[in-house]
Amino acid sequence: MQVAILIAALAGATVLLFVQPAWWLPEAISAHAKNYDSHLLLTLWVIGVLFVIAQALLAITVFRFRDRGQQPSAVEGNHKLELIWTTTTAVIFIGLAIAGQGIWAGVHLRSSADALKIEVLAKQFAWSYRYAGPDGAFARTDVKAIDDAGGNPFGVVGGDDIIAPILRVPAGRPVELLLKSRDVIHNFFVRELRIKQDVVPGMTIPLRFTADKPGAYEVPCSELCGLGHHQMRGTLVVMPPEEFDAWLREGAVR
Amino acid sequence: MTIFSTDHKVIGKQYIGLSLFAVLIGMALSLVMRYHLVHPDAKVRLFQMLWPDGAPGGQMTPELYLSLMTMHGTIMVFFVLTTAPQSGFGNYFLPLQIGAHDMAFPVLNMLSFWTTALSFLVLMAAFVVEGGAPLSGWTAYPPLSALGKIAGPGQGLGQDLWVLSIALFCVASLMAAINFIATIIELRAPGVGYFDMPLTAWAWFVTALISLFAFAVLLAGGILLLLDRVAGTSFFIPGGLVVSDQIQARSGGSPILFQHLFWFFGHPEVYIAILPGMGVISTVLSVFSGKKVFGYRAMAYALLAIGGLGFLVWGHHMFISGMSPYSSVAFSVLTLAIGVPSAIKTFNWIATLWGGRIRFTAAMLYALGFVSLFITGGVTGLVLGQPGLDLYFHDTYFVVAHFHLIMGVAAIFAIFAALHYWFPLLYGRFLNETLGKIHFYGTFIGVYAVFVPLHFAGIAGNPRRYPDFKEYEFLKSLMPLHVGVTHAAYSLAAIQLLFFFNYFWSQRKGKLADKNPWGAATREWTHD
Repeated sequence: MQVAILIAALAGATVLLFVQPAWWLPEAISAHAKNYDSHLLLTLWVIGVLFVIAQALLAITVFRFRDRGQQPSAVEGNHKLELIWTTTTAVIFIGLAIAGQGIWAGVHLRSSADALKIEVLAKQFAWSYRYAGPDGAFARTDVKAIDDAGGNPFGVVGGDDIIAPILRVPAGRPVELLLKSRDVIHNFFVRELRIKQDVVPGMTIPLRFTADKPGAYEVPCSELCGLGHHQMRGTLVVMPPEEFDAWLREGAVR
Repeated sequence: MTIFSTDHKVIGKQYIGLSLFAVLIGMALSLVMRYHLVHPDAKVRLFQMLWPDGAPGGQMTPELYLSLMTMHGTIMVFFVLTTAPQSGFGNYFLPLQIGAHDMAFPVLNMLSFWTTALSFLVLMAAFVVEGGAPLSGWTAYPPLSALGKIAGPGQGLGQDLWVLSIALFCVASLMAAINFIATIIELRAPGVGYFDMPLTAWAWFVTALISLFAFAVLLAGGILLLLDRVAGTSFFIPGGLVVSDQIQARSGGSPILFQHLFWFFGHPEVYIAILPGMGVISTVLSVFSGKKVFGYRAMAYALLAIGGLGFLVWGHHMFISGMSPYSSVAFSVLTLAIGVPSAIKTFNWIATLWGGRIRFTAAMLYALGFVSLFITGGVTGLVLGQPGLDLYFHDTYFVVAHFHLIMGVAAIFAIFAALHYWFPLLYGRFLNETLGKIHFYGTFIGVYAVFVPLHFAGIAGNPRRYPDFKEYEFLKSLMPLHVGVTHAAYSLAAIQLLFFFNYFWSQRKGKLADKNPWGAATREWTHD
């Protein structure tokens, strides 16, 4: 009997914690992030209701049928009930899976031809970024030309590429990152954009977003990459477009 | 009792003993990790004594933290959650439940236990070799795990031993799986049809089938990884790598290939850990509510459905790995579909209780706790199973909370339930009920206090596998939460001492048990 009350109390405490506004994702700074939040909220509502129903049913059943000397019923099953809860959960679960495809497709299955392409290079334990210079194309690279101390982590040969230690993007314009790693698997994660992508050596993985709000955001490496994993901190700076254009021009001159 | 016994009862107890030893180490490691997370700058003499290289002056290095984390996960997943529920209880009780005189291949059975024990020794050896234990996590993703010492301390000999240990464990598990399958198909007593078996036997059967296919694939992955490490092959190492300023000569491999092999095992592994527990819970709920299991056939089919579907959902661990985004769509629908048989089981458990006369024995309390935890840990699977939502939650503490509740804690509650329920058969005595109940209440509150708050760290974006939270502004603000979780973890661990005391004390001093004291209907109690 105490256990019924305890189950109800713990489930209730869990629900109370979840509805505290203090716990929520950081600010959403893109249309995708806003869609993300509304679908997450929908999902949390659905699982919250399922959670409450299931825990309450459990607690009530345990309380009601505690040993008071009664005769247990001889019921061994009920096909109609089985059918009802199987169908109901199947519809809800599969429905959620389908409803959530939009936010996935928005990041990975739709591309925009005019996106600004930026190459991202991860290595143990730092990020570097490369922009095409005035010629509009990325220059050739060669591992033998890599020179970290000399500011050439990509091993760029010739060309007019701009290499930067901080990721700067213009607000409101679509961006396509081309993620590459030089050694082990890393992960590019911007909480405010609600995007996360492994950076895998031997592959170039595209990741698209359009950030709307200028500001500086932390990029925590989110795939275990070695002893400096927790210190592999990148920075994303979203700039007003005209400032970004000026920054890029200035970088090209240097 | 001989040490190299071929008796299924002795082997069952040996597996249970190994698991209880392993769980103590795994738990101790988790406490050290939780301590370090909230006191990252503390200098602790004990750490220096235990790990002179990993904690110079008592100050824990990041690589030591990561190696403890790797060992914690490996020990818990393989030597606790895979070992006790299936090989421990299964060996002891399966032959009794189906009326067999022993397992089909007793010598193979002995061999599989001792191979498991050897595998555990090899893993423990990684603690004491040069460079210490590996730091690439229980998932051991290459290239980090394939490159050797150049990728960090512990990635040398320590990682070799880790791979060797896992390969040995795979071999042992394959032998065990063959034995279980053969026993169930061939040695059922006359009149015991498949649908006359208790749900525990069904669970061990399905788990053995899963093990057979899953461990075979992990073994292949482990061997290829070992070849990459020691024989200069490049199964998982692509070309053009520059590690620690050195250009690597390998080329042609794919890091993602390993992830496919690993998770083709790794997801079914979740069910290897939990299905035997589900069987135990069905039995305990039925015995102590005085009712038959509600929907016995549906429960058996749900086990089969989970076992089968379990092989089609591994991709949900890889939504953000760089595999084709189109396959994520398929994997997510299949993943949410596997929630359906799990929900069926939950409803059937509650329906089993409905209309019954519930006796609150310690075993029953753990079983009820299991159902509650299974719901709490299960519903968040509906968040993580959607690739769109995984774009934020992947590799955060939200995942840590989810799998600890559903796979770790729920399975451990099933082990507690099983030990209290079957102790009279194992040792002729009862585990102390009062101690058992106190332990249950403390543990039940404790696991909620530890793991529910971790969801909020995940919602804030807190990445897992960080040795400290000092580098990031947003993580500093989560410290009060982590301090609370760490204190809850201390209390949770302290209360486990009560269980261990009860376990050893009751073997000698516990109340003597009559034949079939719970009034159960299954063969292990009713037949001599």
